[in-house]
Order: sequence, then structure tokens, then C-alpha cells
Amino acid sequence: MILPDSVQDIKSRQLSASSVSSAASCWRGVKRALPIVLGYVPIGFAYGVLAGKSGLSEANTLLMSLIVFAGSAQFIAVGLFAGGTGPAAVILTTFVVNLRHMLMAASLAPYLSGWKKRYLAFFSYELTDETFALHSAAAGKLNECRLEALSLNLTAQVSWVLGTALGIIASGLIGDIKPLGLDYALAAMFIGLLVGQCESPVRVITAILSGIIATLLYLAGWHQFHIIVATIAGATLGLGVELWIRR
Amino acid sequence: MDQTLIFWTIIGMAVVTYLPRLLPTLFLSGKTLRPIFASWLRLVPPAVLAAMLVPSLLVRENSVDISFGNLFFWAALIAFPVAWKWHSLAATVVVGMGLVALGRYLCWGM
Repeated sequence: MILPDSVQDIKSRQLSASSVSSAASCWRGVKRALPIVLGYVPIGFAYGVLAGKSGLSEANTLLMSLIVFAGSAQFIAVGLFAGGTGPAAVILTTFVVNLRHMLMAASLAPYLSGWKKRYLAFFSYELTDETFALHSAAAGKLNECRLEALSLNLTAQVSWVLGTALGIIASGLIGDIKPLGLDYALAAMFIGLLVGQCESPVRVITAILSGIIATLLYLAGWHQFHIIVATIAGATLGLGVELWIRR
Repeated sequence: MDQTLIFWTIIGMAVVTYLPRLLPTLFLSGKTLRPIFASWLRLVPPAVLAAMLVPSLLVRENSVDISFGNLFFWAALIAFPVAWKWHSLAATVVVGMGLVALGRYLCWGM
């Protein structure tokens, strides 16, 4: 009589312990996402305002934050829509600007060995420059911290959508976004992320080379492909420098 | 542009954004990358961030402009040390936007 009871007891204790620890994991993910949230709300807001000013409907503006969820591409697309660019060019530009996610996904994937396919599908859906930066800084523990990683991602996207919604509401109230400096939100965020990435001299050199190449290509009239070409060239040259130093 | 056409364009954008995120995640999960490729991939984040950022700070109307009038460039010169010192994305965003807003309030630059 005693045995089943104690087994029951242990089981229920294990159950509550595991639900407490999964709640704790989710909460850790939310907390780790907070710096992103503080960046995404104003940037999402700026996007919402700009999209409204560029003639996108409220539903389409929100939809883009829900299903595309790629900050720089969304800003670029809004600019193209405003300029009357056709669907094919907008989609191609988005593809090129977001192709960098492929490199990010490839660099995180080796750390996701124990994950089921549906979790991988959900995780990669919310892979952005910002979530990637946080995940790659702690890539070694991704395998055992699945819930934390997913809740970090979800928190980031919720804040992006929230910022967008606030921007849509404010779009009618704000005459011009420039006095608020909202058009600088994306650049400022890239500065913060870039500094976080520059932890070794090789990385600093890579960033400088890539920045110079991108600027030269941009000046030469490459207004979208400059990002992916400069990324590949910069990383390759940086690798050359790294191998040369190691010799 | 017609909102229905924009809707379908956004669907297209979603597809071409999701596939490059999804496919490497699915096919390379748990695989060990060749060390040289792994080293290269580690350099991608600083490279891509710099490639998106630097032209937006330096180029104005198709030429490099680091004159006093380029507010974005000067704000970045302060935002970089802020990011370095405080290790805070939020602080960098708030300071950067604040500087640009202040500069415009003082009619400094565009």
C-alpha cells in the first residue's frame, strides 16, 4: 500500500519539478531577450509609422512583421513600395538582403543536434540578426536549452509585432518621423550589434574590410547586392588574415 | 500600389525569407562543419552587420560625406563608444536616436 503511494508522490514531485524548471527556462529566455525588446519596440514602431506613411494598409503592415520578420528587409520593402517598385523586384531584393540568414542558420545548426524537426522549423522562423547574435554568443548550450532559446525568439518577435502595432496607431498622429530620430533606429541597432561581435582583432578587421567593400559597391551603383557580396568578400578576407596570423 | 498585390508580394517575401533560414537549419543540424568553413561562418556576423551599416552612415547622395552636415555619421561616432562601454543594445539605440533627434532640433544637419 505504501509503495504505490510513494511512487505516485515521487512522480508528482518530478512532474512539478519539471514544470517549474520549464517555466524557469522560458523566463530565462524572456529575460535574455529584453535588450532586443528594448531595441525592437522603437524600431518596429518606426517601421509601423513609415509603412503607414508609405501607403501600406494596416493589415499588410502588421502581416509583414508577422510572416517576414526581418527588420532591414521590411524597411527596404516599404521604401520600394512607396517608390512603386513591382512585386518581382521587391521579392528578389528581400531574398538578397535576407540571404545572410542562410549563413547564420548554417553556423548555428551544428549546435542543434538533439532538436526535433518542428522545433528547428520554429527556431529558424525567428532567426534574425539580433536573436542570432545572442544565440551565437551562447551556442554551446543551445542543445540543452531548447525552451529558453525558443522563448527568447518568441519574445523578440512579439515585441517586434507590438512595436509595429504601436507604430500603425501612431502613424496617423505623427506628421514626420525625422524630428524623433526614428529613421536612425536601425543604424543604431546595427552599431550595438556590431560592437558586440567585435571581440577579436580579426573580427574588427573583417568588419572594416566588409564595410569598405560595401561602401565602394554601393557607390558603384549596387544598391542591394552590395550587402551579400561585401559579406562574402569581407568574411573571406578576414579568414585569410586569421590563417595568416595563425601561421 | 494595390493592397491585394502588396499582400501577395508580402507572401512572396515571407517564402524567400523563410527558406534560407530553414533549409540550413534542417540539413546541417548536428553535422560537424569543416573547421575552415566554421571559421569562415564565425566571421559572417561582423561582416554582414558592417556591410549593412557602413554605407548608410557614410554615403549621402551617391558620394562619401563625412562633413559636419552628415548627422548619421557624427551620431555613430558617439554611439560606437556608448555601445563599447555599456554593452547595451537598448542604450545604443536610445542614445543614437536621441542624438539624431537633438541634432535636428538644433538644425545641425539632415
